[in-house]
Amino acid sequence: MAAPKDTTATATYGDHEVITPENKLRKVVSTGPLMPGEVHPVTRAERALAALSTEFTSWMESECERLDKARQKISEGGFTEANKELLFHAAHDIKGEASTFGFPLVTAAADSLCRLIEYTPDVTRIPLKLVDQHVDAVRAIYREYSRSDAEDLAALLTSRLRAVTDEFLIHENRELPDMLEQIKGSSIVAG
Amino acid sequence: MVRIDFNRLRFLVIDDNAHMRRILRTLLHGYGAREVYEAEDGAAGLEAFTHYIPDIIITDWAMPIFDGLELTQMVRQPGANSNPYVAIIMLTGHSEKKRVVSARDAGVTEFLAKPISANGLYQRIVNVVANPRPFIKTKVYFGPDRRRNANPNYVGPERRKGGKADVIRQAPLLEKVRAPG
Repeated sequence: MAAPKDTTATATYGDHEVITPENKLRKVVSTGPLMPGEVHPVTRAERALAALSTEFTSWMESECERLDKARQKISEGGFTEANKELLFHAAHDIKGEASTFGFPLVTAAADSLCRLIEYTPDVTRIPLKLVDQHVDAVRAIYREYSRSDAEDLAALLTSRLRAVTDEFLIHENRELPDMLEQIKGSSIVAG
Repeated sequence: MVRIDFNRLRFLVIDDNAHMRRILRTLLHGYGAREVYEAEDGAAGLEAFTHYIPDIIITDWAMPIFDGLELTQMVRQPGANSNPYVAIIMLTGHSEKKRVVSARDAGVTEFLAKPISANGLYQRIVNVVANPRPFIKTKVYFGPDRRRNANPNYVGPERRKGGKADVIRQAPLLEKVRAPG
């Protein structure tokens, strides 16, 4: 059987080429309303995720344990590159997953720990007490999630952590204007 | 509405976190996808890309061995693999401007900041399938056109130079999506 005719086109200009690859994925696209009784794919996916959510509390528990173990590694062996990566990845995963797992109040404390690690030029200067406070805050917010005042507790803990962290980061980066700009910059991405 | 026949798409999910891989697989199956492959780091992801020839890669940024950004740079090598045009959706907890620009400059097709949502991922997939952008190749960049929109109010020099285009046919690079039946 002959190979299908390719329709990729390349337009060559002075210092660049514009390539329009053959869009074979176009064949999976159509337009039209949902059929009677048909469920939108997003709704189906949300339902599938809801069915999976019975696992989320144990997953959050294991992520908090992972963060605690990473903290212990640093307490015992200091801020080596490997230990730093362990702690950062553990915090970063919690930052990204906590909302999906149903614990959005945990996100800000994990985010503050990520910022602390990522924006400190020499991580060995990070006070271990500040690391401990972040890890303890993450675990406490998760542990006390069912309390009626959990939101206030989380807001109090994370705002204080963030303020102390920002103060430390601004001091540590005082000679680095590009870093200061990043520290003060905000996200530009919508979820 | 735009409808996607998910069961004719092949996905590769690359994330070192098993929980996130499970969530992504659940969402993709929920949309109707059947073929979802997984890899737990950048190296395994590159191997899986070569082996499975996915239509869409969904990759985390922060991963061991090499990260999602490095993986993207390795995939976006014209002539070096079976499909350098593959759609790459970068899913990450990083959302700072510098990070987004780095991902864009590596050749990522779409960027999705965590926390993930069924609708957010669905919209990115619809966009890469239904509205693919042309690719730009320069001395220092190969990837989807980074100019998503023409800005009529832009003031400044035109950085792309050149006159009238020559149109050249190229050999097929992807033979993935089969016709019905």
